Amino acid sequence: MSEFKTNSKVVKWIDHRLPIFSFMHEELHAYPAPRNLSYMWNFGSLAGIALVIMIVTGIVLAMQYVAHTAHAFDSIEHIMRNVNYGWLVRYIHMNGASFFFIVVYIHIFRGLYYGSYKSPRELLWILGVVILLLMMATAFMGYTLPWGQMSYWGATVITNLFSAIPVVGDSIVTWLWGGFAVGNPTLKRFFALHYLLPFVIVAVVFLHLWALHRFGSNNPLGIDAKGPQDKIPFHPYYTVKDAFGLGVFLTIFALFVFFAPNYLGHPDNYIPADPLQTPPHIVPEWYFLPFYAILRSIPDKLLGVLAMFGAIAVLAVLPWLDRSPVRSGKFRPIFKQFYVLLLIDVLVLGWVGAKPPEGIYLVLGRVATAYYFLHFLVVLPLLAVFEKPRPLPHSISEPVLKGGGQAAGATAKPMEKA
Amino acid sequence: MKRLFTAATVALLTTFGAGAAQAAEGAAIPDHEFSFEGIFGTFDRAAAQRGLQVYNQVCASCHSLKYVAFRTLGDLGYEPEQVEALAAQYQVTDGPNDQGEMYQREAKASDAFPSPFPNDAAARAANGGALPPDLSVITQARPNGPDYLHALLTGYEEAPADADLPPGQYWNTAFPGHQIAMPPPLSEGIVEYQDGTEATVSQMAHDVTVFLHWAAEPHMEARKRGGIGVVLFLLIFTGMLYAVKRKVWRDLH
Repeated sequence: MSEFKTNSKVVKWIDHRLPIFSFMHEELHAYPAPRNLSYMWNFGSLAGIALVIMIVTGIVLAMQYVAHTAHAFDSIEHIMRNVNYGWLVRYIHMNGASFFFIVVYIHIFRGLYYGSYKSPRELLWILGVVILLLMMATAFMGYTLPWGQMSYWGATVITNLFSAIPVVGDSIVTWLWGGFAVGNPTLKRFFALHYLLPFVIVAVVFLHLWALHRFGSNNPLGIDAKGPQDKIPFHPYYTVKDAFGLGVFLTIFALFVFFAPNYLGHPDNYIPADPLQTPPHIVPEWYFLPFYAILRSIPDKLLGVLAMFGAIAVLAVLPWLDRSPVRSGKFRPIFKQFYVLLLIDVLVLGWVGAKPPEGIYLVLGRVATAYYFLHFLVVLPLLAVFEKPRPLPHSISEPVLKGGGQAAGATAKPMEKA
Repeated sequence: MKRLFTAATVALLTTFGAGAAQAAEGAAIPDHEFSFEGIFGTFDRAAAQRGLQVYNQVCASCHSLKYVAFRTLGDLGYEPEQVEALAAQYQVTDGPNDQGEMYQREAKASDAFPSPFPNDAAARAANGGALPPDLSVITQARPNGPDYLHALLTGYEEAPADADLPPGQYWNTAFPGHQIAMPPPLSEGIVEYQDGTEATVSQMAHDVTVFLHWAAEPHMEARKRGGIGVVLFLLIFTGMLYAVKRKVWRDLH
């Protein structure tokens, strides 16, 4: 690993007192990363960039947006029509939210497949779950701000969930609203929190990265690096790989922003909020649909709310549910099949979440909800006991340098639990 | 794995996007062709100008267009004097003046289209309890907005015999539930087009839809034009990044 070197006296002077240059060198330049990271490892940095895009466009939008029920919708139209390139900034922010979630969901499913939550990365994983929760809160409150029909009714439905809490539920809802219905105080606090939470996310992202850099990235083989031959410096190898991935991401993102900016949104949100007229179907943004489906598949309100939050809470305890010593799904033949089932299950939940809760959709939603929890609470713990993993390769560089993922079965030994 | 994730992403986008868009149910809306569709789409200026005439002479008696300023009509090919003249057809309330009183004056280019009713209650009172929606973003506010609007304006029919139509309601094939409070707004020749185009119901419906889609998204052409440049740049830039990546990684493989 290379030491930080410089000829500049100024840089030396500063670095001696505040070692920021050597810190950046160590964490971004020399930082040793496994040499076999696939493109699935691009999504962490992409999520970080998406967060920056959201914060930058959000700050600019906040300069023109008016957080008042009588002016919010008008101020959005003002941004769309009269502010120079306001339409562009808003469309980037709108679609940016969707793309942030796409990237983060892929990032999470990558971690689920390669066992990135296992020791010693449990805290790294839990911090990620915290980021997901913060993102959901931020996105939900952001969707309220245009004060369209879906904004208003979505906010009403979701805040009303808290009334399910026994005894104090109704008081909590009144407290959340700042009144006896969703109204101006609600909108203003949602705006304040929507502006605040992204910076909280930034802080947790730093903790996430701190925890990541303690042991370094997991990798597609899920085995620890045995020596320097297994690692390469982050720069230039992964900076250029991430830059290429960013290019692909931005291209797809631009296609939506410029050619289908409203495709992922709901037309009802271009109707100003009307507390006297309920839309025929209240649906959240697409990235909440799986959770919405879980909420609606349980007939009891309180249990439904608990299940919805439980769907995320179960992720936080995942490191202790999946006790299999093998990280990567590559070497877990049965896990692999259940993993695909989980992926399909979540897609079904999302699809059901967009449909009215009746007939076949209700049945499908209930089956999919049941499987979601079964997967984490029953299947994974049992697999750890009954599944016989395939033999692991000796080291990262062995299969990489041989150009194949297979290791000689006779000499390979199962990974020890860290 | 990679393929699986790609497939999942595509599936995610299509199922959820389409699902969300379909959520507001209605009758089947036939596809109507507009020049603003597609990535190179532009507004047909002649149709939009005729559509403005339809809005002015028909829709404006009940529907507001409050987010559209007269000055933006220049985008449709009008000269500044023509914009002034179009604005001057409308009266707006201004004030207070030196005596502290509100007064009426001709609209200027800097004004937005004034609303036909002073408030929603007045609009309801004049329309049998139904509120004519503002049309500024109407094509954005309905699924498949332009197709829907065209279908709605051409979708009036005699009610089926078994339909129990309350007074003040009309039968429309495109409207969700088919019972609409808006009387058929267009009839053959209700507008006399300045450019001599024959004012059939279908023609007027098409023209006013083009105008209202421009009103909903006045920057659509700039968006699509900009998008082509941005995407082309990104494709080339990403291709170059890929080449650099290959070169940097060559000594590792």
